[in-house]
Amino acid sequence: MAKKILILIAITKGGISMRRLFPAFLFTLFILFTFSTASFAAGGGVDLEAVPVGSHAWWFWPLILLVVTFIMGVVAVLAGVGGGVLFVPIISGFFPFHLDFVRGAGLLVALAGALAAGPGLLKLNLASLRLAIPLALIASTCAILGAMIGLALPTDVVQISLGATILGICILMITVKKSEIPDVPQPDKLASVLKIYGVYREESTGEKINWTVHRTPMGMGLFVVIGIMAGMFGLGAGWANVPVLNLLMGAPLKISVATSKFLLSITDTSAAWIYMNQGCVIPMMVVPSLVGIMLGSFVGVRVLKIAKPTFIRWMVIGILAFAGLKALSKGLGF
Amino acid sequence: MEKKFTASIAPTEEQLLYAKILQWGMLIGLLCLFITFAVYVLGIMDPYIPLDKISQYWGQSVHSYLVKAEIEDGWYWVSMLKYGDFLNFIGIAILAGITIICYLAIVPTLLKNGDTVYAVLALLEVIILTVAASGIISVGGH
Repeated sequence: MAKKILILIAITKGGISMRRLFPAFLFTLFILFTFSTASFAAGGGVDLEAVPVGSHAWWFWPLILLVVTFIMGVVAVLAGVGGGVLFVPIISGFFPFHLDFVRGAGLLVALAGALAAGPGLLKLNLASLRLAIPLALIASTCAILGAMIGLALPTDVVQISLGATILGICILMITVKKSEIPDVPQPDKLASVLKIYGVYREESTGEKINWTVHRTPMGMGLFVVIGIMAGMFGLGAGWANVPVLNLLMGAPLKISVATSKFLLSITDTSAAWIYMNQGCVIPMMVVPSLVGIMLGSFVGVRVLKIAKPTFIRWMVIGILAFAGLKALSKGLGF
Repeated sequence: MEKKFTASIAPTEEQLLYAKILQWGMLIGLLCLFITFAVYVLGIMDPYIPLDKISQYWGQSVHSYLVKAEIEDGWYWVSMLKYGDFLNFIGIAILAGITIICYLAIVPTLLKNGDTVYAVLALLEVIILTVAASGIISVGGH
């Protein structure tokens, strides 16, 4: 397996530029769109007996899932977004899987990514347990509520909400600017009581950076919404965690990104259990997705050295917007 | 920027403990998941739903899937571990359960350091995650 990955890296470095990779990604989506449309048209997408069986070998969709999630893993790292936020809209939009199972798999994909990154980030003291614990308690409780709402609502309502959320994320990605080290003159009372502060070393300058947070109650209030959305759509929530931690609460960008990633391991745990207990986990969907995303992330980290992140970020925004519109159109029945 | 606090550049004792347990749990969970998936797709153990029939179910809502495949929700999967497909739930449960163990493990350290507030928060998190994992929360189907 390691040899295959090295070959992939060599190929990527040697022959495939980012400008080739993304048209390939879009082409893959187009092929998927064609296949999935044909499948739904043939089977109606509703009645079990009418779903085409045997039109593809059993391994066809899991294999395509593996390939697409691999590319998704590469793209997610290069664009600086979580795999979960790409997984749910793209897989629910272009694969013949029901949204219930896509959300279950999406949560486990985001969870596995967060679990894999968490220990290293905690050991480096970039992810802060003191910052994460109070926020995680709120977000994980609300993620349970979100999962219950998401599973109780009719699928078309969830599809419409998902589409609107994805389009909102696109706007967020375009408009929100991040702050490397925000100015926090004083911690608020709650942050002082909870002793939410820390120190990390900025590797680029060698400087020790003291940090704390402010506007903690407002931040906690927003984590109620973040938790509900994470559970409802199975998206992961890094796209919302980071702006709240960084721009609102004033945690340095590195601390925000690392703590957000670690937070997902807790928030997604509670929602994942709800989806799992409701039967929304099909191993044939989950494992290829996990393997694909993890291998993709592994390659993505190496490709990052030669890639042009700005171009990739705009491509991802474009793909997300397309997937968001597709979710909206599916929900609205167009 | 004036700061009225002091902190160490090194992670706290409980943070390191949490990281260590999380790392082992994650590795064991993933390894378990990959091995059981190999057992499943290679046909070493028969699946409950045959591989060539699984595509009949994944396009259905979860409610329809459970009814038509005659599968119960909650921890029913434990009684189905003789089947290759359900075997995969062991790894998934480890991945989804390791955070509870991490939280439980840091409580004594927090108490030892007099950090009662965080010990209480950690115990509350354990309760929340355990309730989620228990399956006692039911959701109306759609």
